[in-house]
Amino acid sequence: MAPLENLIVLEFCQYMSGPSAGMRMADLGATVIKIERPGTGEGGRQLAIRNLFAGNNSVLFHTINRNKLSYSANLKDPSDLIKIKKLIEKADVLIHNFRPGVMEKLELGFRDCARINPKLIYGEISGYGKEGKWQAKPGQDLLLQSISGLTWLSGNKNDPPVPFGLSIADYMCGTHLVQGILAALIARSKTGKGALIEVNLLSSLIDFQFEVITTHLNDSGKLPDRALKGNAHAYLSAPYGIYATSDGHLAMAMEDLKYLAAALELPQIIPLAEDGFTHRDQIMAAIASALASASTRHWLSIFEPADIWCAEVQNYDQFTSHPGYLAMNLEQSITLADGQQLKTTRCPIRIDGHIFRSSKPGPEVGADNRQLEQTLL
Amino acid sequence: MNKPLEDILVIDLSQFLSGPSASLKLADLGARVIKIERPKTGDISRHMYISDVQMNGASSVFHAINRNKESYIADLKRPQDVAKILELIKKADIVMHNFRPGVMERLGLDYTTIQAIHPNVIYGEISGYGTEGPWKNKPGQDLLLQALTGMCYLSGNADMAPVAMGISLVDIATGGHLVQGLLASLIRRGVTGKGALVQVSMLESACDLQFESITCYLNDGHQLPERTLQNNANAYLGAPYGIYKTKDGYLAIAMTAVNKLGELINCQKLINYTDPAGWFTYREQIKAILGAHLSTESTHHWLAILEPADIWCAQVQSWRELLADISLKETIKTQRVVMQDGYSFETTRCPILINGQPMLSEKGTPTLGQDNEHIDDTLLADLIKEKSVNH
Repeated sequence: MAPLENLIVLEFCQYMSGPSAGMRMADLGATVIKIERPGTGEGGRQLAIRNLFAGNNSVLFHTINRNKLSYSANLKDPSDLIKIKKLIEKADVLIHNFRPGVMEKLELGFRDCARINPKLIYGEISGYGKEGKWQAKPGQDLLLQSISGLTWLSGNKNDPPVPFGLSIADYMCGTHLVQGILAALIARSKTGKGALIEVNLLSSLIDFQFEVITTHLNDSGKLPDRALKGNAHAYLSAPYGIYATSDGHLAMAMEDLKYLAAALELPQIIPLAEDGFTHRDQIMAAIASALASASTRHWLSIFEPADIWCAEVQNYDQFTSHPGYLAMNLEQSITLADGQQLKTTRCPIRIDGHIFRSSKPGPEVGADNRQLEQTLL
Repeated sequence: MNKPLEDILVIDLSQFLSGPSASLKLADLGARVIKIERPKTGDISRHMYISDVQMNGASSVFHAINRNKESYIADLKRPQDVAKILELIKKADIVMHNFRPGVMERLGLDYTTIQAIHPNVIYGEISGYGTEGPWKNKPGQDLLLQALTGMCYLSGNADMAPVAMGISLVDIATGGHLVQGLLASLIRRGVTGKGALVQVSMLESACDLQFESITCYLNDGHQLPERTLQNNANAYLGAPYGIYKTKDGYLAIAMTAVNKLGELINCQKLINYTDPAGWFTYREQIKAILGAHLSTESTHHWLAILEPADIWCAQVQSWRELLADISLKETIKTQRVVMQDGYSFETTRCPILINGQPMLSEKGTPTLGQDNEHIDDTLLADLIKEKSVNH
């Protein structure tokens, strides 16, 4: 049995943070129903990356909304609102990522919903919490990365701020929302009571940086110092970084500098190794010039048998054709209404050896109205 | 009930970041977490210093990850210590580890063995690359996973070498997934009474982290991500999405209609880009024009124009500016925790609010083995009494 089977989740969400939380609960067996405005549905349907669409919706929409149902309703129409309240009566979880105040105006705030269903777990995502000058600003991933200090951790010392090239604020916040909701469901099985779970993108990015912000809070407030070249972590000492070889790049993690001094014939780094952090740029430059002289394969054939922590820097072609990727069955197919198949990633959690898959695509707007009205309503 | 996991006992045999970051979340949500550590050295990250910051004899990283836990020393190569751990596990709801494949089997602490003595335990395990394939014995280290999974071609500009993301994000994502799997299994146990084996790997989590870009790659005829030459923030998005230099700092601009943006900042060349499809196709040109234009004035100048027009933009800040923002005082609040010896320090707090309450705990980081005596006297009292009778 999938662990969340029999749970009903209503998702009043758009774009990524909320829908990624709904996706994970769907992966784990919950029935997730997107509540969408008639006609256009949620904004994420038209948000494409690389202008890539499949049918009426972006491939991105299917990526984030696989394995869900859709119920369309005009939340400003009283007769539709009555139906939504009926669905809330039957639901275990409700999540939304509207800006603060929107759900309350629709009489679908936590208090309203708790009156309808006292056992409901009500999860909400905001951008910045419910305060501050940014409250009315959109909770958009790049803006959150920029505000939270995160962009000063990647790239080299003389580079401008470098953002993470994936939606990390949305992703982490969705992860935290699921954690809070599941914990509240566990408590509910003992107390019978619902709960309000609140997360926001900014708090999630602070939590994401918990190691380095804790360091900053206890090192007299120093700011991160990226390495001059090949930086992979502003706070880790040499050799931690990425190095060019004669035909590609090699990533190297924490390693014994004495071993590297011998293997690469770099006696000059031994006196510097006493303090690998202060002399980081010098040590990394010496290692870089040595590694540039031969191929990635060459270095791997020396380092891997010596259990040196290193790896080839691969692109998606190399990664997705590697036997290590293929052995773990990391893809799944979803089938659109017209028979077209899309390939996507799958749930990263295995339970009792079982891999959770589903061929169900992102739903069309209102695709499940009739069925839900016949069963739940 | 104040915290949702208040009566849950977790026996955590993991070290470094992926596993311990998961048990920190469980602890913050109310669980009692007992960290099992080897004699003398304990968790290796106690002494894995980042920069040169040392706090009361341990690294700042260790404190950040392991506050709010107890520490119990056991030598897993000694049968009498393994017997104690088995006894603790019998009383636990969750047991978790992040050893390389095969280690727990050798120690007699693998799922099959544990399940036989405690059928409804939830057993969580983290591996680097899963249980199959040629990578399975490779070290599960964050940077190596970033390198192998294509992630280093997503950040930075096109003319830069591959750029690593400067946080151990694969560790953190994997820990996050383990928490989800463990909690989902506890929910199922509430219904069926049955335990579970929850397995996650850094490889699977790294794919999930890149679910948007990998899915795009798998369906667009295998085109590799192309970072833009300047101002890259997402290889898959059109202009203006990126960070731009101003006269005195940096400004981030997210998805926005390029022609509308051109009108607002009075840049005629941008006003001509009226076709939304062109904002991706011509993103290099647009970014070059926009970058040159924005560099002529201060960040505040542009914010004063763009914010009232509801353009998605923000000033790029450091932690100093973030933590000094009094308008966000609740959201950025930290907490102070206290160790048993009185040493206290400031750290971040759990990002989840429940019924309006933050999940706080004053409990600091444990010193190595600080809780052995108490745990021997309480959770293990029966086992230890039995032993002394037998002698």
